[in-house]
Amino acid sequence: MYRLDRRQLLGSSAIALLLGSETARAAIVKGGLPWKPGSGDPPAAVTPGGWRYFTAQEAATVEAFVDRLIPADVLTPGGKELGCAVFIDRQLAGPYGRFEGHYMTGPFQQGTKQQGPQSPVTPAQHYRQALATLDAACRSKFGGKVFADLSDDQKDETIKGLEDGSLKLGGTDGREFFKLILKDTQNGFLADPIYGGNKDMASWKMIGFPGAHYDYRNWIDRHNQRVALPPVGINNHPDWSQ
Amino acid sequence: MALRLPRKDVVIIGLGWTGSILAHELLQAGLDVVAIERGPWRDTATDFLISYAQDELRYRLQHDLFLRPSQITVTFRNNAGQTALPVRSWGAFMLGNGAGGAGVHWNGETWRFLPTDFVLRSHLTQRYGADFLPADMTIQDWGVTFDELEPHYDRFEYLCGTSGTAGNLQGKIQEGGNPFEGPRSRPYPTPALKQGYGHALFAQAARELGYKPFPQPAGNLSQLYTNPLGVTLGQCTYCGFCEWFGCANYSKSSPQTTILPVLVRNANFEARTYCEVTRINLDRSGKWATGVTYADASGTEYEQPADLVILCAFQLFNVQLLLLSGIGKPYDPASGEGQIGRNFTHQTLSSALGFFDKDKYNFNPFVAAGAIGMCIDEFNGDNFDHGPLGFVGGGYIGQVQTNGRPIETTAVPPGTPAWGSKWKEALRDNYLSTVNCGAACHGSFYSYRDVYLDLDPTYKDRFGRPLLRMTIDFHDNELKMSAYLTDKYAEILARMGAKQVVKQPRKGPYDVTQYQTSHLCGGAVMGDNPGNSALNRYLQSWDVPNLFVQGASAFPQNAGYNPTGTVGALAFWSAAAIRSQYLKKPGPLVQA
Ligand SMILES: Cc1cc2nc3c(=O)[nH]c(=O)nc-3n(C[C@H](O)[C@H](O)[C@H](O)COP(=O)(O)OP(=O)(O)OC[C@H]3O[C@@H](n4cnc5c(N)ncnc54)[C@H](O)[C@@H]3O)c2cc1C
Ligand code: SF4
Repeated sequence: MYRLDRRQLLGSSAIALLLGSETARAAIVKGGLPWKPGSGDPPAAVTPGGWRYFTAQEAATVEAFVDRLIPADVLTPGGKELGCAVFIDRQLAGPYGRFEGHYMTGPFQQGTKQQGPQSPVTPAQHYRQALATLDAACRSKFGGKVFADLSDDQKDETIKGLEDGSLKLGGTDGREFFKLILKDTQNGFLADPIYGGNKDMASWKMIGFPGAHYDYRNWIDRHNQRVALPPVGINNHPDWSQ
Repeated sequence: MALRLPRKDVVIIGLGWTGSILAHELLQAGLDVVAIERGPWRDTATDFLISYAQDELRYRLQHDLFLRPSQITVTFRNNAGQTALPVRSWGAFMLGNGAGGAGVHWNGETWRFLPTDFVLRSHLTQRYGADFLPADMTIQDWGVTFDELEPHYDRFEYLCGTSGTAGNLQGKIQEGGNPFEGPRSRPYPTPALKQGYGHALFAQAARELGYKPFPQPAGNLSQLYTNPLGVTLGQCTYCGFCEWFGCANYSKSSPQTTILPVLVRNANFEARTYCEVTRINLDRSGKWATGVTYADASGTEYEQPADLVILCAFQLFNVQLLLLSGIGKPYDPASGEGQIGRNFTHQTLSSALGFFDKDKYNFNPFVAAGAIGMCIDEFNGDNFDHGPLGFVGGGYIGQVQTNGRPIETTAVPPGTPAWGSKWKEALRDNYLSTVNCGAACHGSFYSYRDVYLDLDPTYKDRFGRPLLRMTIDFHDNELKMSAYLTDKYAEILARMGAKQVVKQPRKGPYDVTQYQTSHLCGGAVMGDNPGNSALNRYLQSWDVPNLFVQGASAFPQNAGYNPTGTVGALAFWSAAAIRSQYLKKPGPLVQA
């Protein structure tokens, strides 16, 4: 049973309940467009500080990991400073982390590659299992050190091992976890900063994406010219926070 | 027991593009109409707000406006020898949910099919001989011709305000338009969109190679437009957050911006949202529909009696509802008999990446629109001689890059590391100077005996009904066609000045995780007799004459274009037949 969005359902005088009762059942739209001021559904901005899903130990591993996937260099600060770990943490604590909206009815069985992912393991569970086994694997390989305490070269070597499948993570497939954390990190790096990553729109400045201006009519004809607009996000403008 | 509601003249299942059109046409005929819609009510002012519409993570990556597989999905396998497994999260196609259907978050690429597309089997057989077609290819003529549909294409385009340049006005070829298109009775309602640098450069290179490039017909409006229903659309701002997103500017043709405001003001119309039709009910003869049964969000069941049932639930769910309601004979791939589920098709998309010198080229990929682009039609349908090529079909080819949204626009030259500083550098060096459009070659998908839909034996939806099962793979004909088109596109990219071109022809097997298009077709096709079709030429069920089935499920095979122009034209054509013929004498419009 999917959850009923009461805002959508009750947000308007033009919407009446089919059979009025305390359980909202169905809505009738009739006579005019349903509309109520302020009935939008903007995204909630991520608030920094603390972890919503990760334990402190997991967070340390993920921060170290994203800092190698997006290393600090002349182009941008590192993934940790840009908020990629915070982004992943908030995503895992939300609908994304629990596969909300996915078809989760069994039987679960492995199919062909073309049939797509069939695992009942949610992203949140996947991280929990993989991060624990990752530290265990590092401890046995690097004299008792966990991933976060490795040198940059050792971290890169470990990540490469996951990437090429040579490093297995106990019960979970290291390559699958690599793909998951890489995708999540890059999403955090490139998504609107409202979700906790891409601090100061660092990635957008790096590539030349001016953000969500929503009106480029003045630019469509200016072929081969760099758009000279400062980047802007849903909630902010890098200059506003300075 | 379902609660029985008062009778209506017409019940419409699904309030997307076709549902909105049929509702309006039948209200005009004086009928009272109820539309039952599975998803929420949606509108520009309440749901597609300019302050947060441009959210790539929410709408593109996390599918905020789409149907959720948890509500209903399909199962998939490549061939009958495999066990089909459920599509647990969307990949190869996306499905609409809620008022407006997929019209909310489509691109707006608003094409007409070629005249020969409608008589495909006769045309190809005549030109190349029957032996030229693969033995298991089940393409057929539509039972309706381009000339018959032309006035209805025109109505859909004028409803939408489509922006484009005519290529054939009443038989006269027009400079700057598509010279291959069928004759149109009048120009597009609004002029073509402006084009970005990459699109313009493609057109120039195509012209140099001897082709006739033209702007893609767009449901992103080049200027303010008031449609014949009196609804006004705004000017597209080239925001680049178009397909997968709702338009906050009222500039994308959609039920919201063209019809719904008129529908809801009609006293004879009512929409019920969050209500999913679970069955079309038949009388004891099994040959007449009495209405539908639907469930609301709490699972409570209602029975809605009606004289006329119009199925507008999108291709997949049209077929599923027919099968679940026991209407028509399910298709059997072994015998080739039965019509429901037969001739299921999709699309064969391919592309190539063009990497350009970053110091000379700046494409500003984010300055774009869902249906922007310059195209050529030399390699579509049977516009070129297939004789020496050993395949049939084709598609339009174009620089149709719709956006530069950062998460999706990360193409880097092959060999680039997937992470680290080298990856970041490559991203920086290529973002502005790469031609990266996944849909460059919009190839056809012809029908085959072993590509079909039926009910899954194992997996169920939330009501316990069997999911629809897709059995689908690419055939050699389509893969050859795709390789050929991709080569042609790559030549144009090279001519544009790309320093590196990476071809991406479509490869089998069909993969349900790779997005192609949402253009699923067939499964309840139209035709000239009940032996080759589920519907007659007016989209009326051969089996249950007070049931009309709208949408691309009626396509006997898919052409090298996006479907919705043709879906819209067929909806107006079908509505006209209901109004002018059926209502006078309810019953079969074509004798079997
Ligand atoms: C991302 C995307 C981009 C696209 N771009 C293009 C393009 O550029 N050009 C083009 O030609 N086409 C495009 N399309 C396809 C186009 O959107 C569809 O062809 C068109 O919307 C089909 O109209 P329809 O009425 O058949 O279905 P829809 O518009 O999908 O409407 C079907 C409606 O039925 C409802 N429904 C389904 N089952 C039930 C049920 N059991 N009970 C009640 N309600 C039900 C659904 O919720 C939905 O609202 C695109 C589609 C997508 C998803
Ligand atoms: S590109 Fe144009 S039509 Fe599309 S969403 Fe943006 S403003 Fe609307």
